[in-house]
This record gives sequence, structure tokens and C-alpha cells, in this order.
Amino acid sequence: MTCAPVNRIIPLSVVDGPGNRTAVFLQGCNIACAYCHNPETQHSCISCGECVGGCPSGALGIVDGKVSWDSARCIMCDRCIKTCPRNASPKVKQMSVEEVMDEIRRNVPFIRGITVSGGECMLHAGFVEELFRAARAEGLGTLIDSNGTVDFSRHPGLMSVTDGVMLDVKSWDEDAFRRLTGASGAMVKRNLRYLAETGRIEELRIVCLDGEVDAEAVIRGIAETIPGHFRDIPLKLIRFRPHGVRGRLEGHAGPDDGTMERYRETAIQNGFNKVIIR
Amino acid sequence: MADTIYDIVTSGCLTYEQKLTSLARAAENTLDVLDMPEKTRQYFAEGVICNLNEGAAPYRPRYIMPDYAKTVKNGVKFLELDPPKDLDELLNFLQILYRHVPSITTFPVYLGALDTLIEPFLDGVSDEEAEKKIRLFFRFLDRTITDSFCHANLGPAETRAGRIILKVEQSIAQAVPNLTLKYDPEITSDSFAELALQTSLYCANPAICNDPGNRDTYDHYGISSCYNILPVGGGSYTLTRIVLPRLAQKTDSLDEFLEVMLPDALRCMADYMSERIRFIVEKSRFFESHFLAKEGLVERDRFTAMFGMVGLAEAANHFAEGARYGHDAEADDIADRIMTVISDFAAAYEAPYCEISGHRLLLHAQVGIDTDHGITSGVRIPVGEEPERMYDHLRHSARFHRFFPTGCSDIFAFDITGRDNPAAMLDIVKGAFSLGHKYMAFYAADSDLVRITGYLVKRSEIEKWDSGEAVLQNTTQLGAPTYKSAHLADRKVRSTEG
Repeated sequence: MTCAPVNRIIPLSVVDGPGNRTAVFLQGCNIACAYCHNPETQHSCISCGECVGGCPSGALGIVDGKVSWDSARCIMCDRCIKTCPRNASPKVKQMSVEEVMDEIRRNVPFIRGITVSGGECMLHAGFVEELFRAARAEGLGTLIDSNGTVDFSRHPGLMSVTDGVMLDVKSWDEDAFRRLTGASGAMVKRNLRYLAETGRIEELRIVCLDGEVDAEAVIRGIAETIPGHFRDIPLKLIRFRPHGVRGRLEGHAGPDDGTMERYRETAIQNGFNKVIIR
Repeated sequence: MADTIYDIVTSGCLTYEQKLTSLARAAENTLDVLDMPEKTRQYFAEGVICNLNEGAAPYRPRYIMPDYAKTVKNGVKFLELDPPKDLDELLNFLQILYRHVPSITTFPVYLGALDTLIEPFLDGVSDEEAEKKIRLFFRFLDRTITDSFCHANLGPAETRAGRIILKVEQSIAQAVPNLTLKYDPEITSDSFAELALQTSLYCANPAICNDPGNRDTYDHYGISSCYNILPVGGGSYTLTRIVLPRLAQKTDSLDEFLEVMLPDALRCMADYMSERIRFIVEKSRFFESHFLAKEGLVERDRFTAMFGMVGLAEAANHFAEGARYGHDAEADDIADRIMTVISDFAAAYEAPYCEISGHRLLLHAQVGIDTDHGITSGVRIPVGEEPERMYDHLRHSARFHRFFPTGCSDIFAFDITGRDNPAAMLDIVKGAFSLGHKYMAFYAADSDLVRITGYLVKRSEIEKWDSGEAVLQNTTQLGAPTYKSAHLADRKVRSTEG
């Protein structure tokens, strides 16, 4: 049975796609965005043990040289996550597709589907494909939330059971992309084209932050890259918020209302029909 | 008696209207005309049975549900009102008519299916015009019907009038009237239901009613007062309730409770209700003299009576030896057995003048009153003990809603992120209703308007009342103590849940 590291499962989510969904967050990311609001999903725990002593409820321990987590004793204070020196979490569980489905089934009939996010969930494409097959068999919708840096075209099986992808386009200029994420943005543009042509883009997202993200270039870039498709794809302009952020953008202020409105105007002028500010 | 009346007359925090109503009630309560055995009097003295201040000599049914569609079609002779011909005439017609519809509160508890009443009069009226007229109409209702046990209905079909009403409601955010959308996934469009749910996160209105789950109760139902499901063109003579924890605390034996004590109290309550019904029908002359009855806008044989209960949670917990209602199967199973005894009793008891309900009293999950302390509404899970997952909460509710033909509901405080995704709220509603959940209401966690136990009150008005000022709405006076005693500020806020 295929397994994947699961950071958490949110049974009732109103913010991970259309309608009410269960959101599954897989651990591990291939990039490291400076504005990441859940950096503890980026890396795997190496059982250094630094978090164990600080746990106020005694939920953490070391068993056979590995950090263990007792979910029943955990009070969800997140102190361990703040302590971790390498953007990981001791609360990640290795779960099989069937175990995740058991959690999801508890939420039926109140949800219309599931959304798999991360980390970067495409690093676990085989797991996601199996999970989606199982979810579809129960009549549930299937969405992927992705940073777009993994080649979707190499996973036709997964694509055949995926309703859509909520795709982040983090920056358009390659240097800006690298500065923000530490990686190349070339694959995002390829995926943009591939997913648009196969009708799999559920939503496009830009996290807006002046001086870091060339939001207006992203808007124009998308319109030029997929001219036949972009107009009716919802474009979500997400205002940067410092919540959860660590590192050089910690405590940084997000764009003001006027700036967000300017981005909206740019999007509308470029032909986007549905622009949402969050 | 004289002291009570003197206190009313000299009160500094009752409006003139409120004094008048209180004086009438005090006068009514000087009579002792209902035949009541000593045992029943004892139950009343202990607060086991409670008539919710219905008064000692009823002179009108408690809840009256005029057939407004019929009034609009035929006019009202007694009020010298011809059938309205345009929107202005309709709204004026209704304003006059509402003034003359009696009830326990002295105000109309049911205003009709406002969207379907208004819709035929919108031909040739622009949205802007209609909106202005409806806005003024709603303002009139809020300022003259000063009691939020007052209900208007919407749906299940989407109409232009319904959309305009929701738009007006969102912008004015008033306590009166309560609105409920009758929701049928086969008839109501998703977009209309979503608009309704989104609106409720701005102004705590409308609530949403499982139409297929309620409509077989009678041929034609409406929702009145605190989510009472009652026949249109009739209503309910009375609502009397049994306060389960007050009876349960007399014994530690569940068997004795279920087999001896509960049936005895239920019989006393049912006999008492029958006595009230007989007095209204045979002595009060309401059905011979009131124009609503004389003109066929209500019919005597379309009235039933509501057999209320409250505090199932505390009663079940009393016998559950540490297990908790809403969390543990042992407590929930005990609760189910208690409800089955009540339900079976009502199904077997023959009540007078209740033709519309097959001569039966109908169960109602009563929401509680301001003087209830440590007693949870109907079959709800106590505030502060809600299950971690909303879905578990809803499954639990669905299990117990099945007992109640005349109304049972849940109230959820929801995070305002729901405003951006009302489709998610509708998914939850669809799921709950598919399991048999009957009726629910949402409000935003930060809302000024807050749903107390079924009715709406403004938190800002509660503050005014608490500081000793007179307030317009009677229900603020009921809601202020209940908001605190039932710890409603602590209701679990439902949103993205981990």
C-alpha cells in the first residue's frame, strides 16, 4: 500500500477550492519560498530531538532514536514547530491511502471533494493518484494545490483522475522567481500551458508582495502564455500576510488596499473575467 | 397581585406598549378557570411542566398562521380591504392586516411566504423601485412588531422578490422579522441558497429549513415564531413543555423514570393542554368572533397543539453515570429511550380539536426561556460541550431531529470566511439535511445580531437593556439574561476545522 507523509488533514475547509472540502497536507517541498506561511511543511524530521524538551504537554519523546509524537496528548500549541531549526515538524504521520481515506469518509456527506496540498504534493504523485482514484470511487471531487514546479505532463494517470489544479504562479521574471523560491520558474510556465490545454486549471494564484513579486508581470505573462484559455479561469490575488512566515520576510507588511485594487485593474484590463482578492 | 400591577405601572424600563401587555397578562392571571388536578398543580409548582407564560385563561390560540395568499386574493371584509392590485397596495394591505393578527405575543408570529406574496406584484416594477418599497416595508415591520418571535418565509423556489428581500435584509440587519428559507435541493437553485447562507453571515438571517424533511407534516406548512412548523390557515392552540431535568433529578433509576415518572408527567401535561384547547374552542369564542376565523383565513380544524420538551442533554447525563450527551453512545442511547417514551406517548394520546394532526399533540423541541439555568434547549448539545467536529455535531442532531414534527433546530456561529465561500456552507447543509437534520441557522461570530435560542437580538440592544434603558424589542428583555445564562458568547465557532 502506497504511503506518504501527512502533515495534517483538515476535515472542514472553506478555503481550499470550491465548496466544502477536506484538505490533505503532505509533507515536503522542493522549493523554499521566502513568504511561505507554513514553512514547517518543507522538510522531513531528522530526529535531532531539539523540539522534545520544550513540549509543554509531554506529547513528544524519543523512541528508538526517533522523535515520537502522541497525538492524544498534543495540545496543538505548535511550540515544536517554532523550535525546529530546519522547517520540519515532529507531528507528521506516515499514512497509507486507505488510512487517509478512512479520515475522509468520516466527513461524507458534508464535503463535495478533497484537495491535496503541501508542501508540494506533486512530490508524492503516485500516492495522490491512488488517493484520487479511491476518492472518486466514493463520488468525491479531486483538486491539487501546487507550486507548479513538478512536470504534470509526466503524470497522465494522475491527471486522468484530477478535476483540476490550483496553480501558484509565484513570479514571472526568472531572477525574481529564484530570489523568492531558490529554484527555477521555467517548469511553472510549461505546466501553465499543459494544464490550460488539458482544461485542468481550477484557479490561478498570485501571492502579492511589493518588491518581491512582479504581480503585474505575472498577470501579463499568463495572458500571453495561454491566450486561448485564461479569460475564464478564476485569478486569485492573495495579499501577503506575515502569519506563520519565518526568515527575512517575518513581520513584513503586505500590500495596501490601493495596490491590490491596482493589480485587480491590471488583471481586468488584460482580459481576466473573474478576479478575486483575498 | 396589586404589587405586581403597581410594579408594572411604575416601571422605568418598560415601554408603554410593554406595560399594556404586562397589565393584560396580570389581569388574565387573576382567573382560575382551567380544570387542573392537584398533581398537575404540583408539577407546575416544581417547574416540571411549564406553560411558557401562556396565561391562565387563553382567549386566542398561541400561534396563528393566517392564509395570507387567500387574504390577498379575496381581500378582508372586516378590515374593509379589497384585494391589492399593485405592489404599493399589497404592502399597505399587509401592514394593516398584520396589525390585527393576534398571538401569544400580541404581535403576529407569522407574516407569510413574503417572496411568493410579493412576486406577482413585481411585473413592471424595476429592481430599484421594488427594493426601496420593500426596504420601507421591512422598516415598518421592525419598528412596529416589537417582538422577534415573528417569522416570514422564503422559497423553496428562487424568485426575484426573494433575491430583493435578501439584499434588503443584508443592508438593514434587523431583528424583525426572522426569515427562513425553505430549502429543497430539487427546487431551490444553488445560487439562491448560497445567497441566503451568505446573507446569514452578515445579519443572522435567514435560517434554512429542510423542506422535504418537514413538508409532509401537513398539507401546507409555514414556519412561525421560533422555527415552529405549523399548518398555514391554522396554527397551534398552545405550547406547553416538560422540563426533563427537573423530573429526572427526582430519581436515580432510569427504569423508574421511563416507566413510571415520565409517563405520569406526560399524561398530566397532555390533559392540561387538552383543557386549554377546550377552553379556547368552547369558551373563548375566538373562532366565532374573530374576523380571521369568520372569513376563513384561519380554520378551527387546522389548529394543532405543540407538545414541548426541553433539557434532554441534562436528563440523559443525569442517568448516564459520567457519560456525556453528544459525545458518548451510552448517554445518547439513554436520550433516545427518553425521546421514544415521549414520542410514543404523543402518538397514542387523543387530543381534542386537533383534526389536522390526526387528533394528536405534536412534539416540539422547545428552546428554553430566560429563567432556565443549566437547561439546554430541546435536544441540543450544551454550549461549550459541542463536539470538536461540526460533522459529528450534525450527525448527532439528525438522530434526534427525527422525533419532532413541529420544529427542532440547531444554531451555528460560523467564521466570516464563509462569506467568501457560501457554497461550502451549502454543502454542509445538504449533507446534514440528507441525514434527516431538519432546520439550522448560522450567524457570523462577530455579528451584532445574534440568534439567542431561535429568535434574534442585537448585542448592542442587550447592552442598553443591561444598563437600565428601555428598549424597543420585547425579546431583548428575554434575550439579555439568556445570552448570559446559556453562555451563548461561548458557542463554538465553526469554520475551517482541523
